[in-house]
Amino acid sequence: MTIRKIQELLDADVLLGNELLDKNADFVFSSDMMSDVLAFADEQSILITGLCNPQVVRTAEMLDIICIIFVRGKLPDAHTLEMAKERKIVVLGTSHKMFTTCGILYENGLRGGA
Amino acid sequence: MAENLTFRYKISGDDFTRAGEASSNVKSKLKQMGVDNNAIRKVAIAMYEGEINMVIHANGGTITVEISSDNIHLVLADTGPGIADIEKAMREGYSTAPEEVRSLGFGAGMGLPNMKKYSDNMTIESVVGVGTTVTMDIHL
Ligand SMILES: Nc1ncnc2c1ncn2[C@@H]1O[C@H](COP(=O)(O)OP(=O)(O)O)[C@@H](O)[C@H]1O
Ligand SMILES: [Mg+2]
Repeated sequence: MTIRKIQELLDADVLLGNELLDKNADFVFSSDMMSDVLAFADEQSILITGLCNPQVVRTAEMLDIICIIFVRGKLPDAHTLEMAKERKIVVLGTSHKMFTTCGILYENGLRGGA
Repeated sequence: MAENLTFRYKISGDDFTRAGEASSNVKSKLKQMGVDNNAIRKVAIAMYEGEINMVIHANGGTITVEISSDNIHLVLADTGPGIADIEKAMREGYSTAPEEVRSLGFGAGMGLPNMKKYSDNMTIESVVGVGTTVTMDIHL
């Protein structure tokens, strides 16, 4: 699924990476604990999280995650966004809560990785 | 690679927002060197967890990365409080991290198990009140 489609489904704001929305992302992981994300490193291309700090971007970087979705209308600070920009990571923000965000994407065919 | 390459990083203990900069730097170096992606990912995750541990548990330290043609050797040394019971510390879910660290997304007690999982060989030497040295190898 393209990130553009995901953005539409979630009615999300594109905080970063408008030019990268045609990239494909097939596997999703959601957590607020970064070590849990790091424990399942295979094939995740999207990270859904309610945590908003620079370590979210670092974690995404270590795993080559191409898109971070911040839920519950939380917005990362300028420094965190700058880091994501340098790493060409798409950043979306949705007002949906974590459960709803995951549910919408699952219902539309996205799955967790292996 | 004919010669072994060594990089050394000083990790500051008082700036959580900067934790991971060294791991990020190593990751891009390995990419430039054309190292296999799977190996890069293992090194990046293992080193990042170790770097975070240094910052949240040991007030910083030093990380040495030695790259040879068939192995990446990491040494993470700190002069922090040390680990009293290493076996316990290695258990999934075991953490002494305060609530404040948990609210930052770490302190789930998965760091050391992740380091073990992603490295081909890992040793921990620790003396309470003196410090901790973790070594890891990732074979290429
Ligand atoms: N460098 C270190 N210095 C002192 N204690 C450490 C260090 N690394 C790990 N520990 C101890 O081992 C525990 C488990 O570490 P880890 O698995 O990374 O989980 P977490 O960092 O989430 O607590 C820590 O909570 C801490 O008590
Ligand atoms: Mg840890």
